[in-house]
Amino acid sequence: MKIHEYQGKALFRQAGVPVLEGIVATTPDEAVAAYDRLGGKIAVVKSQIHAGGRGKGTIQDDPEQKGVVVCKKAAEVRKAAEGLLGKTLVTIQTGPEGKTVNQVFVEAGCDIARELYLGIVLDRAAAKPVLMASTEGGVEIEKVAEETPQLIHKENFDPAIGLEPFQVRKLCKKLGISGAAAKAAAKFMPAICRFFVDYDCSMTEINPLVITGDDRMIALDAKITFDTNALFRHKQLLELRDLSEEEPSEVRASEAGLSYVKLEGNIGCLVNGAGLAMSTMDIIKYHGGQPANFLDVGGSANAEQVTEAFRILLSDPNCKGVLVNIFGGIARCTTIAAALIQASKTVGFNVPLVVRLEGTEVEEGRKMLADSDVDVINATDINDAAKKIVAAVA
Amino acid sequence: MSILVDGNTKVICQGITGNAGTFHTLGCRDYGSQMVGGVTPGKGGQSVEGIPVFDTVEEAVEKTAADATMIFVPPPFTADAILEAIDAGIKVIAAITEGVPVLDMVRVFEKVKASNSILIGPNCPGVITPGGCKIGIMPGYIHNPGKIGVMSRSGTLTYEAVWQTSNLGLGQSTCVGLGGDPIVGTSFIDLLAMYQEDDQTEAILMIGEIGGSAEEEAAAFAKANVTKPIAAFIAGRTAPPGKRMGHAGAIISGGKGTAEEKVAALQDAGIVVAPTPAEMGDAVVKAMAK
Repeated sequence: MKIHEYQGKALFRQAGVPVLEGIVATTPDEAVAAYDRLGGKIAVVKSQIHAGGRGKGTIQDDPEQKGVVVCKKAAEVRKAAEGLLGKTLVTIQTGPEGKTVNQVFVEAGCDIARELYLGIVLDRAAAKPVLMASTEGGVEIEKVAEETPQLIHKENFDPAIGLEPFQVRKLCKKLGISGAAAKAAAKFMPAICRFFVDYDCSMTEINPLVITGDDRMIALDAKITFDTNALFRHKQLLELRDLSEEEPSEVRASEAGLSYVKLEGNIGCLVNGAGLAMSTMDIIKYHGGQPANFLDVGGSANAEQVTEAFRILLSDPNCKGVLVNIFGGIARCTTIAAALIQASKTVGFNVPLVVRLEGTEVEEGRKMLADSDVDVINATDINDAAKKIVAAVA
Repeated sequence: MSILVDGNTKVICQGITGNAGTFHTLGCRDYGSQMVGGVTPGKGGQSVEGIPVFDTVEEAVEKTAADATMIFVPPPFTADAILEAIDAGIKVIAAITEGVPVLDMVRVFEKVKASNSILIGPNCPGVITPGGCKIGIMPGYIHNPGKIGVMSRSGTLTYEAVWQTSNLGLGQSTCVGLGGDPIVGTSFIDLLAMYQEDDQTEAILMIGEIGGSAEEEAAAFAKANVTKPIAAFIAGRTAPPGKRMGHAGAIISGGKGTAEEKVAALQDAGIVVAPTPAEMGDAVVKAMAK
């Protein structure tokens, strides 16, 4: 689960990670009021969307309007807020369709001496979190990782212990931080590592992390993703979820307990198991088709969930055919067959339907379909199924 | 011989009194596994279809001499259940539960590596030595005793692979579901080493997916250490970056963990990579003929 920058900074503040004063605004009037409350000097108006690259991103119909604007007067704040709120911001991470800006964060300015990068993710190979820091702040870190990986410095840490003081010293040495700024880092870095652990983050990224003219270390950004599996112990975080940032069909699927990702193609897929679901997409593509989605109905899906899955697939206007690929393990073919028959009555299939069933209770499941009046194109295996659905939508 | 488990393995189920725990314990017993007990705290002294329930794993091991466990407890308690099994000296721990917080697994991983226990999973279908012992949720009937070691990060895709090798008359030595999470107890490398030493295993089928670098690491290990034929398949060639594809571990992040990188690394190690999931069995045949 992702949250907005302003929400992340509020959590940072509570955790003792230094941030600047800032106020979130949903209208230009609120933005101007926020500017006045912040002292009416330099302020930055920042679009709040769940994607990075906002500073270089621009508004879809207004390429002059950047996603982050530095302002020195109230009139500039108003103009920036008007140019951003309700508009679609396109950044390197949003894709060409962009994301709607519903809120701006008006933040006090500061005297920036240096811009650094700092990020914490899980290092899967080491099975430990890793703190990554780089002198190349404010730019795309993926690019740095690709072109100059030696400029990214890494320290693994034990979640129970946190970052050790010597690890901070190593990083400071490599980043060229000394004196009072190194003292600031000795507080900042362990605090951000503790934050990552305390909130069960999947990612905590600060780009840029700045050192001010007076040697303070401040998080100028906050990009946070939480481990969805750990939200049961952080119920307060659920209030921070912004459903308007998520694909509506994916929200609907998650409410039904289905794992669904919308894609651009025209062949709807209904599969049990994540690996098989991915492979089904792959083999559709292999035979020249385009999958419309990833959908794993899971092992314990009931008829209602499967019916809802069909509703979601068929509500996609691009969907010109559906491929059902089931290898029953915990999931029984009879459950899927019953759901299919029920769905054809309640939802109605107006596109070709190719069904491949295998595994637990397969004979009974096939017979149920054969005895029903659902118009099904039967497939014998995964290859046959993919070929038939690609032909059916062509 | 097979690896990890065989007909002599004595299995308990942690979480035996829950719906899934009961259902799959009986499924494993029907398959022929020696299901000697179960554990549910507070329910010691009860029994499930004749299988005794204990309060702690320690007690279950004392009374039944169990050396393997299948864990079905809910995600918030899974890490603790694994730690309890390690503490009781259980040799093979299969954690089926999906949805374990990743930082819980960071803690467990270190403990399991410092112990004599082997953890399979979490978020996995389990482990099966066909004709000997099934610990997990896979449909038993698709397996046949045979010569292929099958290891996979996915559940149903493993069934697909097993089915293909069964239909080709190859059968399987031992099939292991590693699990779909970012941190799992046993890696492809751990299993490659075991299959290499196992007499019954003549070839290895490895099923990977996008996310992380486990396949690349396995390819490098195989190149240096494994002489048996290996075939592979990677799921997720069409997966978009930045999206979690069902499994918590199946995500391309920062341009890393793509199917292309993995396929290239595997091919570089001389491993036969199936172009589609329909050709996993054929790829094994090709690898064995090389």
